[in-house]
Amino acid sequence: MAVEAADIRVIEPGTKVTTRIRDLIRYHELIVNLVRKELRVKYKNSVLGFVWSMLNPAMTIAIFWIVFVKFLNNSIPKYPIWILCGILAWNLWQGSLGSSVGSFIGNSSLVTKVYFPREVLPLASIGANLMHFFFQFLVLLGSLVLFRIPITLATIELVPAALVTELLVLCGFCLIVAVMNVYFRDVQHLLELLLLAWFWMTPIVYPVALPIQHLAKLGNIFPKIFMLNPMTSVVLAIQRGVYQHTSYRAAGVHQQLLLHVSTLWYLRNLAIVSAASIALIAIGWAIFRRLEWRLAEEL
Amino acid sequence: MATAVSIENVSKTFRVYHERANSLKERIVNRRRAEYEEFWALRDISIDVSTGQTFGLVGPNGSGKSTLLKMIGGIILPSEGRITTHGRIASLLELGAGFHPDLTGRENVFLNASILGLSRKETERNFDDIVAFAELEEFIDMQVRHYSSGMYVRLGFAVAIHVDPQILLVDEVLSVGDEAFQRKCIDRIRSFQRQGRTIVFVTHAADSVPKICNAAAFIFKGHLAAIGDPSEVIRAYRKQLYGEAHLEAVPGEERGDKQIRIDRVRIRDGAGTDRSVFHSGDDMHIEVELDATRRIDDVMVGIALYDEADTLLIGTNTDLEERPIDHMQGRYRVSFACRNLPMQEGRYTITIGVTTRDHRHVYHWMEKAFPFRCDRSSLAVGALAIPVTVNVEQLSEQHVAEG
Repeated sequence: MAVEAADIRVIEPGTKVTTRIRDLIRYHELIVNLVRKELRVKYKNSVLGFVWSMLNPAMTIAIFWIVFVKFLNNSIPKYPIWILCGILAWNLWQGSLGSSVGSFIGNSSLVTKVYFPREVLPLASIGANLMHFFFQFLVLLGSLVLFRIPITLATIELVPAALVTELLVLCGFCLIVAVMNVYFRDVQHLLELLLLAWFWMTPIVYPVALPIQHLAKLGNIFPKIFMLNPMTSVVLAIQRGVYQHTSYRAAGVHQQLLLHVSTLWYLRNLAIVSAASIALIAIGWAIFRRLEWRLAEEL
Repeated sequence: MATAVSIENVSKTFRVYHERANSLKERIVNRRRAEYEEFWALRDISIDVSTGQTFGLVGPNGSGKSTLLKMIGGIILPSEGRITTHGRIASLLELGAGFHPDLTGRENVFLNASILGLSRKETERNFDDIVAFAELEEFIDMQVRHYSSGMYVRLGFAVAIHVDPQILLVDEVLSVGDEAFQRKCIDRIRSFQRQGRTIVFVTHAADSVPKICNAAAFIFKGHLAAIGDPSEVIRAYRKQLYGEAHLEAVPGEERGDKQIRIDRVRIRDGAGTDRSVFHSGDDMHIEVELDATRRIDDVMVGIALYDEADTLLIGTNTDLEERPIDHMQGRYRVSFACRNLPMQEGRYTITIGVTTRDHRHVYHWMEKAFPFRCDRSSLAVGALAIPVTVNVEQLSEQHVAEG
């Protein structure tokens, strides 16, 4: 019986990166199937099914519109679109991190019994959340029609770039939190807390011009620190690409929303974050492979 | 012959934590590393399994044989050394691992197959076979949560063997579904053998190894104790496991108010020597010394013999054997002479009980506290040593002509 080269497997401490990449490619179908499973299981026996995914952003629009526009007299025009730009990116972020952190513990029956490249589990968590992102994006597209906002070249340039960047950063972070959580169950609680702060440190609800102006008064370094948050670059690019206005006039006063810069500036930011995320993935994967060898025993 | 599985100097340590720091806070507050001991589950094991071999791994529970099988499957990694496997592996370690109760049988087949490394196309090609093998045609679109446990493992087994493995890992006895399905599984494993596929199989049922395997290894306390010809390996296994030494009485479950106390129990042979190893056909005397703290009128002494599988071989008592005890006060010795032990081979335990005649009240009961071993005295196989005499005689020099 002929043995294919791909079927020769070396099992030893500290598996080589090349072997892992080859394995991951071999198991790409498993990622697809796990994503499919997540979605199927989530909406099994529910009447509305994936419509639930879309109701979340719809509800968000309603709540933020009532609270910020009606109660707080927020004057940002077409505020629901503004908020949706950030929320969609954030939902993908929070959902992916939140489900990968528990992906090993939740699938312990698999991890302790069957061989497959373990990276598949957090990657499938990201994949499932990406699917939700697409459903939710349909809501955004619908709202664009409703608010008569055209899709421009900037949209087509910035949104996919932002999405790819976010996915890259997610890969790095998700690998780390998923494997760490097996050893320290606190990681998931810590992450929850961290995400809460992170949400408000990202210009989703408020325009980025606000903290930048305030922080600039404290010193030149502070706006730069604010911009270090990778989610800021992602959210800004989507806001610039979809919402498009960088400022507006209310009660005769000129209000700054986004920075007055060309789309190239946003793309450059995304490129920097992507480059950094490659480094993050390398570090995350190294941590992952270092901790992974005792994974099945710890679970 | 080509090598299918090559195990080179493999060791595996597990950490046994004294007090596990399971949270970051504990780690930080305690600063020092959590205290643990390295436990060597396997030490410096080297084994080569040739292609087409059926290789048996034997050893008592906790010897490390299952750990080794898991490492061959890639589920856990060795601490030292290296294992190379040549060919697609399927394991029958955990059938239906990863089945999701909310998905239908069909959806789970595809998911499970891709976990085992089968592509969607290959799964589609084998789908009908899988379902037919599992005998689940009518239920395949039902959610797995409604399956019986038998249906569950049947589907798991069906998927696992359709992965078309070149190396099959099997753990312990396959207890899949009903007898008919079990036979089907064993048939399938046999046909794997004939097709020249490699099988590595772990068991502690030593009897089956020489029948099925063409090579074996005996692992004892993490070390490779014997390797090679299955019969030789099993002999080493038996010797190591049972030894010639006296079997120690084990503290089994003990109960009763001890108004009558079992002081001492001796297991002796016909000549009156204390023994714990007997041969088929030997006599065994069980002597129970009792101490009654006061006069007790309602009393009965009983014994029971169990085999390793906890089957009750015989249970009897002073009443059933028509030697009723009128009353007890002071010290007594009750002897049970068991003549011509009919067991073939194995380990057994004895339970001794002192109760009222209606069994309702227990004075003293020692559950499976006294072990002994029986060795075969004939070459016949099976559970019982029935004395057999064979006689061959020729009836005629001519055979009966047909028609």
